[in-house]
This record gives sequence, C-alpha cells and structure tokens, in this order.
Amino acid sequence: MNSVTEMSSIRMQIMWNRLISVVEEQAQTLIRTAFSTSVREAGDLAAAVFDNQGRMLAQAVTGTPGHINAMAEAIPHFIDRYAIATMAPGDVYITNDPWKTSGHLHDVTVVTPTFHDGNVVGLFANTCHVVDIGGRGFGPDANQVFEEGVNIPIMHLFRKGEVNTVLMDILRTNVREPRQVIGDIYAFAGANDIGCERLVRMLDEFDEDNLEALGEFIIENSRLATIERISKLKKGRYSNSVTMDGYDLPVTLVAELTIGDEFINVDYNGTSPASKYGINVVLNYTKAYTCFGVKCAVAPDIPNNYGSLLPITFSAPEGCILNVQRPFAVSARHIIGHLLPDTVLGCLHQVLESGCQSEGSASLWNVQLRGGPAVGGAADFDSEIPAFDLLHFNAGGMGARPTKDGLSATAFPSGIRGIPVEATEAISPVVFWRKEFREGSGGPGTYRGGCGQVIEIGGIDGIPFDVLAMFERVDNAPRGRNGGHEGLPGKVYLGSGSALRPKGQQHVPANDSLVLELAGGGGFGDPATRDPNQVARDVRNGLVSTESGENDYRVKLFPDGSVDLTSTTTLRVGYKK
Amino acid sequence: MKNLSDGFRLAVDIGGTFTDVALEGPRGQFIAKTLTTRDNPEEGVLNGVWQVLSDAAIGPSAVNIIIYGTTLATNLLIERQGSPVALLTTCGFRDSIEIRNENRFEQYDVNIDLPSPLVPRSLRFGIPERIGAAGQVLSPLDEDHVARLVPDLCRSGVKSVAIGFLHSYRNPDHEQRTRDIVMSKTSELEITLSSEVAPEMREFERISTACANAYVQPLMSNHLRSLDKLLREDGFNCPLFLMLSGGGITTLETAVRFPVRLVESGPAGGAIFSSYIANLLGLSEVLSYDMGGTTAKICLIDEGQPQTSRSFEVAREYRFLKGSGIPLKIPVIEMVEIGAGGGSIANVDAMNRISVGPESSGSEPGPASYGLGGQAPTVTDADVVLGRIDPGNFAGGSLQLNAAAASQALDRAIGERLGFQTEYAAMGVSEMVDENMANAARVHAIESGKNIENRTLVAFGGAAPIHVSRLAEKLNIERIVIPPGAGVGSALGFLRAPVAYEVVRSHHQRLDQLDVPQTNHLIQAMRDEAYSVVRAGASGQATRETRTAFMRYMGQGHEVSVEIPVVVKETELDNDAPENLRVAFEQEYHRLYERTIPGLEVEILTWMLLVTTLRDHDVLNLDDLEESPARPAGQRRIMNAELGEYEEALVFDRASLQPGDAIEGPAVIVEKDTATVVSSRFHARIIRSDYIVMEAKTTEK
Repeated sequence: MNSVTEMSSIRMQIMWNRLISVVEEQAQTLIRTAFSTSVREAGDLAAAVFDNQGRMLAQAVTGTPGHINAMAEAIPHFIDRYAIATMAPGDVYITNDPWKTSGHLHDVTVVTPTFHDGNVVGLFANTCHVVDIGGRGFGPDANQVFEEGVNIPIMHLFRKGEVNTVLMDILRTNVREPRQVIGDIYAFAGANDIGCERLVRMLDEFDEDNLEALGEFIIENSRLATIERISKLKKGRYSNSVTMDGYDLPVTLVAELTIGDEFINVDYNGTSPASKYGINVVLNYTKAYTCFGVKCAVAPDIPNNYGSLLPITFSAPEGCILNVQRPFAVSARHIIGHLLPDTVLGCLHQVLESGCQSEGSASLWNVQLRGGPAVGGAADFDSEIPAFDLLHFNAGGMGARPTKDGLSATAFPSGIRGIPVEATEAISPVVFWRKEFREGSGGPGTYRGGCGQVIEIGGIDGIPFDVLAMFERVDNAPRGRNGGHEGLPGKVYLGSGSALRPKGQQHVPANDSLVLELAGGGGFGDPATRDPNQVARDVRNGLVSTESGENDYRVKLFPDGSVDLTSTTTLRVGYKK
Repeated sequence: MKNLSDGFRLAVDIGGTFTDVALEGPRGQFIAKTLTTRDNPEEGVLNGVWQVLSDAAIGPSAVNIIIYGTTLATNLLIERQGSPVALLTTCGFRDSIEIRNENRFEQYDVNIDLPSPLVPRSLRFGIPERIGAAGQVLSPLDEDHVARLVPDLCRSGVKSVAIGFLHSYRNPDHEQRTRDIVMSKTSELEITLSSEVAPEMREFERISTACANAYVQPLMSNHLRSLDKLLREDGFNCPLFLMLSGGGITTLETAVRFPVRLVESGPAGGAIFSSYIANLLGLSEVLSYDMGGTTAKICLIDEGQPQTSRSFEVAREYRFLKGSGIPLKIPVIEMVEIGAGGGSIANVDAMNRISVGPESSGSEPGPASYGLGGQAPTVTDADVVLGRIDPGNFAGGSLQLNAAAASQALDRAIGERLGFQTEYAAMGVSEMVDENMANAARVHAIESGKNIENRTLVAFGGAAPIHVSRLAEKLNIERIVIPPGAGVGSALGFLRAPVAYEVVRSHHQRLDQLDVPQTNHLIQAMRDEAYSVVRAGASGQATRETRTAFMRYMGQGHEVSVEIPVVVKETELDNDAPENLRVAFEQEYHRLYERTIPGLEVEILTWMLLVTTLRDHDVLNLDDLEESPARPAGQRRIMNAELGEYEEALVFDRASLQPGDAIEGPAVIVEKDTATVVSSRFHARIIRSDYIVMEAKTTEK
C-alpha cells in the first residue's frame, strides 16, 4: 500500500464511524421527542441511513431487531413508489403497510431524503410502534388485516415542507390516542431531519459529494467479514423444530439451516400453516428475526447493514405462518417472530463447539389493556371511567448460556426496555400490585435458566378493564439444552382464581385483577453438576426451593443455608449410579 | 472567618492512584502529589497537607478553608466494597433494582452480564403498603410488620437500610413513618429514604440511588468524620467542605447524609477548573477536555457555568456502555466519559477497521514503549512514532521510552494485518482515537442542544495537550487554552467551587392547571432546604438562586429544562406564570428540535432549585501583550495528521517560555508531565499567568 491509499482507507474508516454516530443522534432525538411510552421508554424503534439504492449503510444501536432488519427491506418499496429523481427538499414519506415494512399496522415507517447541493445523497428512515392505529387495536383476535386498523399506503407525510393534513385528519379520527400518535409522527419526521442535517455537515467536512464510495466500502467490508466468520463453521445441514401454543392450535416452526462456503441459509419448509387469527408473520419480519438469530451466534460484533446481511438468506413457503399474504391478520406477529432466534439457535447449537443458549421465554408479554365506556360487556357499562388504552412490555427469563446463567426478566430477542411502573400508573388508571421474580421458574441446569416474573394488575379504585391477551409459552415450556431442564411455562389468570385464555380479548371484572406468570428460561447442562455454592445462593435468595435443590441439583444444605458437602456428594454419586 | 479570600485555602483530591493537594494564598500556589493510601486514606491526605504547609512555611491555623473531594465513594461502588445494606420496599416490588429495565444494553452479545445489585435478594424485604400515582394511599402502611422486621435486620448484619416505596416522590409519608419505626427500635442502622435522596419518578433509578447511598454511607461517614477529627487534632480549626458531583461544595453534615452525591467529585473539580478559566479569560462558550491514561472526559461550559444533569451512571462494567452500570439520580456536572486515553489499546476489528479502547493498559504493564511488559500498542505508542512524544524526555525524563518497542507493537497488531507501514498504523490509531473523542463531543452537544464550533477548547490531563489541536481541527474549533498546573486540575478546581446546593422535587402538573399558590409553597420549601445547607458554609458571601422547571408536551417522556424567566417575580410565581412558562418552553423546544408541535398542552414534571455563592473572579486579558517569536530548544519531525506526512517542527521548553512569546505550528511545547502539539493550522502564544493560547491561522476556510 502507498501512503495515498493508506490515508484514504483511514478516512473511510473515520467516515464510517461518523455515520454510525449520525444515526445514533437520530435515534436519541426520537427517544427524547416521542410521546408514546413504547418509543420513549421502551425503545420500540429503529433508525438507520440508506443509500439511493435503498441499501442500509448504518443503523443506530438503539432499537429492536424486528424493526431494524425489517426496515432494511422497506426502503426499496419507497423508492419504487417515488423515484429518487422526483423527490424534493421538504418531502417526507410514510407507510405502515405490514408487507412492505415490519409486519403489523402499528409500526409506522417514516422516510426522509437528504439533499446535498440539490441532489438526494441518501435517505433516513425510522420505524416505530405507535400506541394505537384504530381497528381492534394491538391484539391477536382479528381474522383479516382489515380489522386491525388504518393501513397507510406509501405516501407523502410532508410535501415540500407542508404537512399532509388529510392523512393527519384521518389518523386523528381513527385512532384511540390521537395526541400520542400524531405527536409521535411529528417526532419521527423531526428525528430524520436531525439525521439529514448531520449527514450534510459530514459530507461538507470530508469534502465528499455523496455516499457512494463510503457505501461500497461499508457494504463490502461487512460482507467479507461475515463470510469469513461463516467460512470457519462446519459445513452441513442442521435441523430443529420448536412447538409453541399458537392461538387456537399449536404452531410448529421447522428450520433447516445450511452452512455453505459463503452463506448461511435457513429454510422453514414444514412449518405450520397460517393461523385464522392475527399471529401471522410476513416475510420481512421472518427475515428480521432469522438474521438476528444467526448474527448473535456467528457475527455479533459485525455492524448490521446491507453487506453483513447479504450472506444470510432464508426461505419460507408461501402460506405457512412465516409467509402470509393479505388479507391474513398479522397484528400480534411478534408472538411467533420472537421464537425464530431460538429456532435458529437450536440449529447452530449443533455447529458451534460451545453450543448455544437454551430456549427462553422469548415472546414478549405485551400487556395491552383497554378500559372505559363500551368496554367489557354490558354489566360494566360505566361511563364514569375514562377511556384508556395502555401498552406495557414485559419479559420472562432468558435461556441459560453455555457458560452462564440465563438473564432473569430480560427481553431476548426483542431489544425493548420495560416501562417503569410509576410511569405507566402516572398516565393510566391501573395499579400494579406485584411485579417481581417468579420464584422457581428458571430451568435447572449446570447453568440455570433466567427467572420469569409475576405481574398482577388491577384497575384503580377497582375499575374493570379488558386485556387483549397475546401470551405465549403457556402450554409449551422453554426447553433446556445438554441435559438442562425446562423453565416453568407461563400462566394467565384472574386474581380471583379462574384461568384466562392466553390469547384473545377478555374481561377483568371490577375489583378483580389480572395475574401473569411469565415463563422462565431453560437450563443448560446437567443440574447435578452445578456449583453447589451457586445452588445455596439461589436457595438463600428464594429463587430455587430447597426441594428443587435436592431433587434437581442434588445439593443438600445445612439448616443455616450453607452446603452440606458430604450429603451432596452422596446425593450426586447415587444419582449418577 | 471574615472573608474567604484572606489567608490560605487548601484543596485535597483523592484519586485512584494519586492524592493531589493544592494550597493557595497570599504567598502563591503550592502543590503536592502523594500516593493514595487505600487502606487508610486519611494518612495520604495528611501527608500531602503537611507537605504543602511546609513548602509554604505556614501552620495549620493559617488555613481558613479545606475543600476535600474523593473518589472513595465511587470506588466502593465499582469494587462492590460498600457495607451490607437491606432494602425495605413496597410489597410485590422486591426485585425492582434487579429487574432493572428488562433490557440488554448490548443487542447482539448474548453473553453480557448485568451489574449485580448492591442489595442481594435475601436482604430485600417487601413491606405491605401502597401509595398511588397521585400520592393517595391505596393500602395503609403495616406498621407492625415493619416493627417485627427490625430484629431480623439487626441480626442479618446490615449496617445500613434503604427505604424505597413506589410513588414516594409524590407522598413520602410511608417512607418517613417506616424510618421512624426502625429508629425507635434501634440506633445501630443508618437509614436512607428514596424520597429524600432522589425524589423523582421512575422506581428503578430512585430506589437504586437510595441503595447506593445506603451502601457507601457507613464507610464514608466514618472516613469523613475521622478525617475531620484528625485535622482538628493537627491544629486545623477551619471548616472542612466536601466537593459534590454537581460542582458545588457542601458541609460535612450534608455529605454524611448524602454521600452518594460525592461520586465523581474529582471530575467535577476538573470541570470547575475549566469554568474558572472560562471566567478568567472571558470565554462564553467552552469545551472542557480532560484526557488521562484511561479515559477522556468532555464537558460543555456556557457563560462560565458547566452543564449539569440530574442523572448519572456509575460503575459501567461493559465498554463504558450506557446501561451497564448503576443509575444514580443525583445532581452532577454533565460530561461524557469515553475509553480514550494514552493507555487505550489499539486493535484491528473483523471489518479491518482500526479500533481504539476502551480497554486500557493502565500504568502496569502500560504502553509497549514503557518497556514494562506491555505488548499491545496504545495511543501513547502511536504518539511516540508520530513524533509527538519525545522518548528521551517523557514524564520529566523519569521514564525512558522505547520507540522501537512502540513500532513493533504497532506493526504486529495493526501494520501487518492491514498492510500499513508503521507510521500509517500509528496515524490510523491516532486518527481513530481523535475521531472517537470528536464524535463523543458532537453527540453530547446534540443531546444538549448546544453548538460546538464557536467554543474554546480548554485542555488538561496528561494526554490532552498532545491531541487537542487535531481534536480542534475535527470539531472546527478555532481556539485552545492550555492552563499551567493542569496535572492537578481537579484540586485547583475545588478551590474555585462555590458553596452550592441543589434541591429537586417531582410535582406533576399541567401548565394550564398550574396551582400557583401550591407551587409557590413547594418552591419555598425547596428554597428553605437549599439555604439551610448553603448558609452553613457561605459565611456571608452573596448568593444566587436559580429555579428550573423540567417541562414537556403532555405525553412525552423526556423533559426540556427551562430556567424560570425573569419576568416571573423575584420570589413568587404570579398568575401570568403559566403563559410565561409556556412561551419559554416553546422557545427552548424549538431551539433543541427545530419543530414545535401545535395545539398540545404542556406539563411540568419537576422543579429544581439551586442556591450558590457568588465569587468575584479575576480577569485576564487575552490580547494585551506584544508578541515576539519564542526561542526554540530543538527540532524534530512530527506527523501532520491532516495530510499524512511528516514535517519538521520546532521544539520549545514550556518552563522557559515567557508571556508574549509566540510560536508558529508545527511545533511541540514540552513540559514535565506532557507536551503540547501545535499543528500547522495553529499559532500559539503565551499570555500572562503562563497560559498557552492557540488560535487557528486565518489563511484558509
């Protein structure tokens, strides 16, 4: 290399860093200005920059994989509909089409072209979950997407700086929380503005006309880095299947993962057919979580962009639950989508020497509650109660890792954050009576699965409300690996005792409450080989019972809680026979 | 004590490695650096103190104020060496500090660990009680339950108790009552209430802060009281003040109650040092830049005031990443800290990109060029290869650097993998670390809604003067100031800190329904609390009160801070206040985000009131000297980072430079602890009091 190419390589590396910092600014602006708790507290968002061909060059690390990787597929649709050459400064585009973006109507994608010296040099986009989009709301009960809310085709949100008042009026009239939804959409456009401004400054500073050279550099380096990782893996075909509850019928996800010279392909042939209810997944979303699962295990440190995603391919037969077409209902598609990484990791577990983490609770338990007039059946028609719709995100336990316990009450694969109870109670007439670890829920293993949590929610002053239940892993517990045991499966019931269905809108009567017990993660390795002191610690902390300590872990404790080594050895030897 | 500016002022800053002591008074400035004595920190303090007293030839009675800052509280949290704590919390929420926010701070790394909670689950107790979001009692406090628990607490061996109930920021009755019951049964336990230490919404952060306070309180209170006693025994009869993370100083009694507010007092001192320089030189917008061995800290200073924040994350365990530490809701000087220092290790990542830090070689084994066994190339090694550090004159000649070892380390880790010659490997390392710092500064400015380009960079810390001119080029900054005595910048900052105290209260109200009398009542209570702390140390100095409302559009999650406009009456809000506040909010919102949102209500979440003493400051004129060329001490080749070429640079000895001396870049000004690189884009001169001022040459751009 001569000094010119060395200098130019250093410059490219520097600009790449800068571009990542630009999209991070975009994401931070989004969080600071958004209205809905889903975006501002939970970070249910994605922010990224694309080149003029619609290829993703950089994404903010803040955000969630379902949005980011699905949004990566979305931008070419915008460019198809509105050619780059027709774009003008001040134009901003919008859609929430599930098949073009991230798989349900609640996710709104806003795209803004960046102009530099009169030309479009790139596009900033973000995809965020708004609290309501009309229709039945965020829940799994619809049979067709038409029931699930307003579908905005790709159109202008702003045209040369003028807001699309027709669209805003339609939204304002059709959604349950117009202030939050409209406020959010302004915030989405504002965040893109910040991205555009920073990009222009960056191009000026580096004296570049456009992103073409940098884009090629990023894509090619990322692609090669991913291929290099793949090339170190044992070639072959590896299969796995995961059965989950579904809405009315169990759903089985079947995957065959092929490792080739320069690619990894995941084929979902054999997966259950589409559901009659709103838990179906569109191809974009299937891709998003498939890629995420592969990347976690194979190339976690390679930045997510068009190039690093290229070598990862997949296919799912049309009509299976992972590839549905309009008019199938899709609102609660995360239930299925969040299980994809566990499905993929089950294949890669056979490939990687260290193995992969066990199955976890995986699907977020999104608590969507609705109260107020005309909710909850004739008996509770009480117009005194203000109308409200609230969304609270909750996570169960992660699967145990090959060398570590699973994380308790932590979202995986979703990248969202929980919402503080105090923040939710400040804006909605509900009371959380309990939100703490679910004792004994982590699957026993050499490394224990993460604990789920128990959550109990009532109406303030005992008011009734509805829950739009979409809770998974109730009939099918997360499985362990290498001899690790299952985590406890989830439970859904009323505080007064009767069980609720895990899926579908149901009523929580006055003075009663909703109780959710979230699944724990599966264990990794034989629990009878766990460090006895770790078992003693878990028993002391109430996360593992004395009985489980003896029966599952074969550890005997003295009355003061310390390990009785002699009895433990006897128990363990007897167990191994 | 009549006037603080008579007699001597003494400052002590305990850091991880060194304890810095600075004494200022009628006979000038005296400085000492002694090793921190970890097991018995009071000893290191007294060693240093007596050293400067003997240098100044004065006795203890000549000192009329001692200001003390320490990293001890921070270390207790980082190393988990605090006292056993029990947490009493709302029944059903025993795990809130461990559930955190249910999030992985790093998306793709499935092997991350979350920070272990300061209070283990077996010492977290649910108490039957519940306050609602409006402050109403949903379930009464079960007082018998609390009383029955006390013997268990005493038996469990805890020294300290944190009490954190839901919505206590709205209604602290249950927390206070619980404290009273515990105190009526035992006097053995220190008690922290979340409603006192951090009365703000969001249970995880508030209760976590209460636990952190309880965790450091027994040891910090012992340490502070014992230091106070030893100083008295040694004949010091002046007051002892503590440096707070928010940049003010406070009394011993307040520090003992809220020791968590001492976290980050050292870096706060650094920022105060920069603020002092901003005032001294009349610089309205400053970027304070402190780069040491492990990290770089960047802070924005406007009109002589450092930017402040209400939250901070201590003990980040994963690459300084947000979310990997313990959140604290305390007043702090807002700064970004990134893993970029002289010892930061350079490498090549999977995409063949050079990466620098956050891992650091520390002082042992240190950079490869130290020859102490370090094999990995560091920023310092790159600086040696690029000619910025003279291997024969490093740290005042106390350490002979090995330039060949630096080159070999760079070749091995970077050059051979990327096909770069040594100097370009070094160049890449240096460019990457400078870019990382520039990006951090840029994002930080954006998050704060501030401009960066018209600022003056104030640089201190061992590595900052080496990198500052390239950083300035990247940020388009045209003026740089490098103060003398930068090695003990934090301690010098303590001497210039005001007596100050900040009170924060959450009180959620819609602006159009603002209850003016009630709000005035709240502000009065805050004012009483702040003045009671400040008066104890102000000894008659003039004070200033600042009131800030944290506001947002109804339904947003993050607030914009709005200083209450002067049109509001001096002491009380009047009936025009809602409208005035709305106007001020929208101005600020527009400034930050370029759009306001029509037709939405505005709400206030939190009030903050700060009372601070006012100090007269000296003024130094930047431009009153005739310039003449300085006399060089030598010449060497240094890399021009912009062009990627070596060029000849004159070398100057800072100690022999005089006010009025002028230097054209490229040049290097060497001193005992560091070297200032003047790039070819800059012109440097020495002003009075031996500050180096560098300004961009006006040839282009």
